Amino acid sequence: MSALQRLFKFHGGVKPAYNKEASTRLPIAVAPMPASLVIPLHQSIGGMPRPLVAAGEKVLKGQRIGGADGNVSSAIHASTSGTVVAVEMRLMPHTSGLSALCVVIEPDGRDEWIARQAFEFRSASPGQTRDFLRDAGVVGLGGAVFPSHLKLNAGKHGKLDTLVLNGAECEPFITCDDVLMRERAEAIVNGAVIMREILSAERVLIGIEDNKPEAIAAMDVAAAEANCKAGDAAIEVVSVPTRYPAGGAKQLIRVLTGIEVPHGERSTDYGVQCFNVGTAYAIYEAIALGQPLISRIVTVAGNVAQARNYEVLFGTSMKDLMALCAPLPDSDRIVMGGPMMGLLMPGDSVPVVKATNCILVGSQALFPPPPPEMPCIRCGDCAKVCPADLQPFEMYWFSRAKIFGKAQEYNLFDCIECGCCAYVCPSRIPLVDYYRFAKSEIWAREVEKEAADVARERYEFRLLREEREKQEKAAKLAAKTAAGREKAAAALAEAVKPAATPEEDAKKALIAAAMERAKAQKQEVHPENTADLTPEQQAEVAAIEARRAEIREMAKPHLRQDD
Amino acid sequence: MTSYLFIVLGAVLVNNVVFVRILGLCPFMGVSKKLETAVGMGAATTFVLTMACGASYVIDRWLLIPNQLEYLRTLSFIVTIAAIVQLTELVIQKTSPLLHQVLGIYLPLITTNCAVLGIPLLNVSLRHNFLESLLFGFGSAVGFTLALILFAGIRERLEAADVPVHFRGTAIAMITAGLMSLAFMGFAGLDKFK
Amino acid sequence: MLDALLVMALGAVLLGAALGYAAVRFRVEGDPLVEKIDAILPQTQCGQCGFPGCKPYAQAIAKGEAEINQCPPGGDEGIHKLADLLGREFKSLSAEHGIEKPKSVAVIDEQACIGCTLCIQACPVDAIVGAAKQMHTIVAQQCTGCELCLPPCPVDCISMQPIGASVETWKWKYPVFKINSTQRDAA
Repeated sequence: MSALQRLFKFHGGVKPAYNKEASTRLPIAVAPMPASLVIPLHQSIGGMPRPLVAAGEKVLKGQRIGGADGNVSSAIHASTSGTVVAVEMRLMPHTSGLSALCVVIEPDGRDEWIARQAFEFRSASPGQTRDFLRDAGVVGLGGAVFPSHLKLNAGKHGKLDTLVLNGAECEPFITCDDVLMRERAEAIVNGAVIMREILSAERVLIGIEDNKPEAIAAMDVAAAEANCKAGDAAIEVVSVPTRYPAGGAKQLIRVLTGIEVPHGERSTDYGVQCFNVGTAYAIYEAIALGQPLISRIVTVAGNVAQARNYEVLFGTSMKDLMALCAPLPDSDRIVMGGPMMGLLMPGDSVPVVKATNCILVGSQALFPPPPPEMPCIRCGDCAKVCPADLQPFEMYWFSRAKIFGKAQEYNLFDCIECGCCAYVCPSRIPLVDYYRFAKSEIWAREVEKEAADVARERYEFRLLREEREKQEKAAKLAAKTAAGREKAAAALAEAVKPAATPEEDAKKALIAAAMERAKAQKQEVHPENTADLTPEQQAEVAAIEARRAEIREMAKPHLRQDD
Repeated sequence: MTSYLFIVLGAVLVNNVVFVRILGLCPFMGVSKKLETAVGMGAATTFVLTMACGASYVIDRWLLIPNQLEYLRTLSFIVTIAAIVQLTELVIQKTSPLLHQVLGIYLPLITTNCAVLGIPLLNVSLRHNFLESLLFGFGSAVGFTLALILFAGIRERLEAADVPVHFRGTAIAMITAGLMSLAFMGFAGLDKFK
Repeated sequence: MLDALLVMALGAVLLGAALGYAAVRFRVEGDPLVEKIDAILPQTQCGQCGFPGCKPYAQAIAKGEAEINQCPPGGDEGIHKLADLLGREFKSLSAEHGIEKPKSVAVIDEQACIGCTLCIQACPVDAIVGAAKQMHTIVAQQCTGCELCLPPCPVDCISMQPIGASVETWKWKYPVFKINSTQRDAA
């Protein structure tokens, strides 16, 4: 069937050594329960989830421990049952080596699930389904960790033409999708069926690179079964030529459908949406089994004695996971992801998170340090291999000189950081590092500019308010003076005192009236919230008052200075 | 007809006002940092220079020569040019505040741009008639604009280039201008077809 | 001689009249330059430049009454942008107006605060909440780090704390390749 599918080509791409055999020899193993789980709250693109548990609380497997912050966010769940030991800052699996809020759980060994219930998505509204998936913590497992519920939206036409499942897995060493498709093809296809219904898509294309024949065979069987059940031929497994980065969403869409999504537009506007096969599996688990996303398949490969894929609970430390594969003694670094796009980890204590598709153990011998960067000779090789049709040498030129505006004019933000340009560069320039640098600088400036705009607005409002208050005060004063004069004049008329001039009397009367008012106020004023207090509260108040008096005493010299 | 074409082409390429006649260097160095400024400055200069050539021809032919006041030529040309520049400035400020801002100080400086005075004077010494004067002025201005735009393009890239510290800024710009001037000498070969 | 004077006078009168007319005809209201300068300034409203806020400083620059190097929070980058916009030469930050500091926010030591509201009145962006005799606190997202609340505080309970990077705001470093001795020898 797949042979009939007409395929297209994307621009550029490279063919690095794939190194995928080592980790596919053995089936998926379940990683043993670690002594403690460190689960970062922020594991997806979007808002940081709020912690829902506190230290000392007991949690069950699959219990929500981080609630989504707004719609562009995704929930976080306990990976196993146990006790929350702490909610504190821990080292994140991020190149920066910075910490973020994590929930630390000590497993109780019982691995006890919360009540699980399948979600009836057919009777639910699309909005309810999306909320369910958000609260189930389902995010894109291809590496970008974009919340999936936001992508399950059919776009402006209300229905999709094609749903693309991404099983290309083009990056060297990584085989987690490959083994998942081999062993759990049926669940993936079931997930695809669910997604197809939610998106009301015409057909489903599952794109798999032709270097994974076992996965293609397994998926073909599962797809045929599902087609048979549904009585149509909507699901199709397509073998695509092996070329990095065929697994990029835009690249795979291009290969399978011939549609090139233009700059700044969404694929759904062209009737296509793309999901990773791992995400399809997670959606199946969430909707059909009621299990939130608490684990994933992780490839451990590189400088290890036995590379293999493991099903790992989120929060398991990379050190524990690596130990299962016996890293060779000369290992000196850990990369999360593959050799092309992976991120260097700050240490082995960091936890496995939703974005961890692979743990690549490196050594000097396996990944020798990059040779010195030479000047760009403008050969244009990078432009030839760029899968996003950009001009990498121009973007590099301006990023390096920190002329960010120009870099953006060359569409820096369409760069997917695939690393093809750096891979072919004869001058061995780390081009992607320059793009990352330029992108984060531009983002920081954007944030600064927004803050400045807010500050300007607030400042201008304050000026406006001060002006208004001044006017109001003036008006009030004028009204008061006028009223006071009248009253005084009336009193004067009654008393008939010819001795003083009416002006002076009016003033005297005003002052007297003001003093009277002040006296009355002084008597009236007493704090309202101290009316009925318990003795403890009163004691506390007294203590605070004493401290304040002390501070006032301390502050006196300062005050006098100001006077 | 061809003689008119040669006047324009000659003024643009062969006798480029910046690179061959070495006139108008102040705005050439000053306004060539950004491409968009260069385009704006080129357009403004083109307008002023063409107007100035026409106006100065009229003044010279019908005011100065009949009254044997040729010795007032420079003075009266300068006054005329100054007035035209002022006018241009007012119009640009009204119609395109952004361009006005970008050109900034260089707009009034067109007044003292030696190219703008030099071309009308050349017109007199070359005994051009009215149409020839206009075309010569227009051609020279296009040549100026071309030089400005080419140079701005190069300078935008130079900004990102690895230039030795002591050559950065104006120094490397001068060297580049010299090289471009050399390159424009090649157009002298067009002379053959005259 | 008289001819010459007449011709020049005539020319002057004619051109003057034309320009005068044009000046009336093409009058421009407002100054778009101030807005552009204001957009570059960091809007901390700190007054370190010697003007009561960013907008007045922008106006002063536009009028040519102030130098472009009087804004410490904007730093060298801000001066470069102003120099580019105005076609002026870059000048390093003038020392009398202060030095460029890392971005920070003011934090009130809530134990020590006596609730005097003096800082609330000083804050140019209304980022301090509190009432008389109540504890005050600073809304960190809105604090511009202008330090204007420090001097009025009678108990010195406000301190400036630099903003550290988080995983979200962390920036990739500029790629630098270090040449070590072995490689130099090899080459």
